[in-house]
Amino acid sequence: MEFLLAIITGLLYAAGLYMMLRRSLVKLIIGLIIISNGANLLIFLLGRITKGHPPIIPEDSKIFTEIYADPVPQALILTAIVISFGLQSFAIILIKRAYQVVKTDDLDEMNTIDEDIK
Amino acid sequence: MLIAILTGFAFAVLLLFGGKLVKGKLAILSTFIPLGLFIYFARFIGDVSSKNFIQQDYSWIPSLGVNLSFKLDGLSLLFSLMITGIGTLVFAYTSAYLKGHKYLDRFYGYLSVFMAAMLGLVLSENIISLFVFWELTSISSFFLIGFNNDNPASRKSALTALGITGIGGLLLLAGGVVLGNISGTFNISEMLANHHVIVGHEYYILAACLIFGAAFTKSAQFPFHFWLPGAMKAPTPVSTYLHSATMVKAGVYLLFRLSPVLGGTDFWNTTLTIIGLITMVYSAFHTLFRTDMKGILAYSTISALGILVFLIGLGTHESFLAAAVFIIVHALYKATLFLITGAVDHQAKSRDVTKLAGLRKVMPMVAIAALLAAISNAGIPPSVGFVGKDLIYEGTLHMENSVVLLTALAIITNVLISYAGYVAGIKPFVGKLPQQYENVKKPPFWLWFPPILLGALGFIFGIFPILIQNSLIKPILWSIGLEASEVHLKLWHGFTPILGLSALTIGSGILLYFILKPSQKLESFIAKFDKASPKYIMEKTTWAFGRFSAFWTNVFQNGYLRNYVSTITLFLIILMAFTLLQETTYKIDYSSFSKLTVYEIVILSILILAIGLIVFAKSRLAAVVATGIMGYSICLLFVFYSAPDLAMTQFAIDTLTVILFVLVLYRLPKYLKLSDYKMRIRDGILSLAFGGLITILALEVLAQPVNSEITDFYAKNAYLLAHGKNVVNVILVDFRGADTMVEISVLAISAIGVFGLLKLRLKSVERYQK
Repeated sequence: MEFLLAIITGLLYAAGLYMMLRRSLVKLIIGLIIISNGANLLIFLLGRITKGHPPIIPEDSKIFTEIYADPVPQALILTAIVISFGLQSFAIILIKRAYQVVKTDDLDEMNTIDEDIK
Repeated sequence: MLIAILTGFAFAVLLLFGGKLVKGKLAILSTFIPLGLFIYFARFIGDVSSKNFIQQDYSWIPSLGVNLSFKLDGLSLLFSLMITGIGTLVFAYTSAYLKGHKYLDRFYGYLSVFMAAMLGLVLSENIISLFVFWELTSISSFFLIGFNNDNPASRKSALTALGITGIGGLLLLAGGVVLGNISGTFNISEMLANHHVIVGHEYYILAACLIFGAAFTKSAQFPFHFWLPGAMKAPTPVSTYLHSATMVKAGVYLLFRLSPVLGGTDFWNTTLTIIGLITMVYSAFHTLFRTDMKGILAYSTISALGILVFLIGLGTHESFLAAAVFIIVHALYKATLFLITGAVDHQAKSRDVTKLAGLRKVMPMVAIAALLAAISNAGIPPSVGFVGKDLIYEGTLHMENSVVLLTALAIITNVLISYAGYVAGIKPFVGKLPQQYENVKKPPFWLWFPPILLGALGFIFGIFPILIQNSLIKPILWSIGLEASEVHLKLWHGFTPILGLSALTIGSGILLYFILKPSQKLESFIAKFDKASPKYIMEKTTWAFGRFSAFWTNVFQNGYLRNYVSTITLFLIILMAFTLLQETTYKIDYSSFSKLTVYEIVILSILILAIGLIVFAKSRLAAVVATGIMGYSICLLFVFYSAPDLAMTQFAIDTLTVILFVLVLYRLPKYLKLSDYKMRIRDGILSLAFGGLITILALEVLAQPVNSEITDFYAKNAYLLAHGKNVVNVILVDFRGADTMVEISVLAISAIGVFGLLKLRLKSVERYQK
């Protein structure tokens, strides 16, 4: 299973990068989302995966008695997901505003805007 | 001595605050600074001439072996006296020459910084501190050449001079470091003791070449000579002081000083002799084609510097003696010629020798000074120039090889130089005074007194050479480790071959003066060869370099985000591939991996489909929906692999993102395919390579053992210390509580930003766009 997950992670990175290289601003954001998902998955995978044993201490004991999934990568990823949402939401709204002003979604047509607005 | 050097810097700093004081009638008072220093150094003549050299050390950076060590021996005494003596006259002269100039205070500031730096240069015992002062002279020279900063030609010349001498300074630093590494010390007198080690070292050639580079750029040797004529854009006092009497001799000084350290080898002597010869003959010929007095003097200065380098290159006792005397001779007559040029320029507003004539009637004192200098320059007895020229011929005649060639070239150079002196020093003053100059006013006292004083000194030293023999010349030879008891400077040697050569030189010089008249024709004739000159080649090279860097910048800084991303990724891929593919074992231990189940396969398939859909989607909505599917699939993966908190978060966030996207979707333009087929293939390959490397990286890491120290700590203490059973939650809100706090603030800021952007009212500019 880890082998397949590694391939999936690579695929996410590839798709994310490909989307980021497009000229459309929307695709750029989608690429960003995909890459951040890929990164999350990579961290998750490298922390080793464990089936069916969440890092929650059983009701009746004070410490773990059997194997458990590594909580550290999970904590990291949780942070990452939330922060990337902050980034994405801001970026999405920014696209909207940018489109209202410059009437285009094409990055190449945006780079001369400094000269046009007075 | 440190205080003596710092005086100049201190004066410059004081001028920042009290500049207004020296702008008016008090300008002449600043002369007391160099005058005081001149008297200070003159007091040491007694000590130095009895072989009692003075050394002072101040620790600066002892850990690096860099100290402020100053040594006053014959060579540095001569230069110190020249710097402060000519400095005194130039300071006084400036008070009249630039009278009432709005930046007069600034000018004095630069001049005194230069004077201080130059003193530091010639007194430094340590090659690193010598380098520091060397660069300071280049910098002050830059400001002085560009003093008329509203003139583009001035600014360009200043940049050229700074460029050339600045490169030379760096070479000096490099040379000093190499020498320091070979000999284990930066002190020049300690290097002397290691002369044999240095000369025999494998890096000897490198060290010598670096020092050559420094000396040749500073002393305007071929092919770096062209900055000096350009530097004549500076006001004439500067040309007198920096670009003829002192700064340009810094390279000669360096060669003189390091001769006992690096010299004595064939490489050293041959290089210096050849470069010196080329420079002296090449620029002596150039004087024939100039009509500007300063241009003529500039080329004859370069030629004189060539003679000095040539003499040092000969490396014999006679040649060093000749060089020592010639430094004094040249400083006296060339400074005079420059000063009279300034006086003529100031009064008659012209420096064109084809137009100037008969000025002796309106400025008799200047004419006398000019005559004295021209005589000394031509080496006519009883001037000191005669003594100097005799010694040069003595130097060449005592060589073992190619006596005839060396002497012949020396004669040709001397003839041409004496011609230059006649043209600049006599021609403007003889003949009939043209009408336009009849009303020229007499120059003020400070414009004619300094040149006449220097010119007269040239005769006093010529008639009584004993004056400089014991006080300066002998100590100079001592300071480079030569015996000097046999030195007897004389005006009259009796009827010797040298006298014949002298007469020949003087005669041909006068003949040439009467045959050849400087004219515009000659000047435009030589201009045709400009394309072959080192200056032109240098300018083209810098131009090409500029073009290349502009091209380079345009290629990489092209303003397209995706090009930046792909360039960065490409290099990342290369680096990763380089390390990963070298060390990868390609052995995957499947047994350590968990088994596949059916529902996992289903989820993974959906995930792959979703990714494919995103990439190839034709409509934006489809792409966004596919992004949602991708997020939910990952969410399910988190559920399978024991991460319920992650799954919940991912689910919530993914939903929100999709909603947000759909909310703004209807405002956006059509989902366009903007790039062509080729571009997409290229990006596809790049992306797949990148993804593939990430997969390999992941597999490589999976093959390594896990370090679970941190995990164990949290697992053990989650309940005992923090009283929580969900370890992930405990880490986030307890152990790393402060981090989470900051994270929440980030989200809050982002939320404010989103809200602000949504509610922002369109400004008039944006409405105008609509």
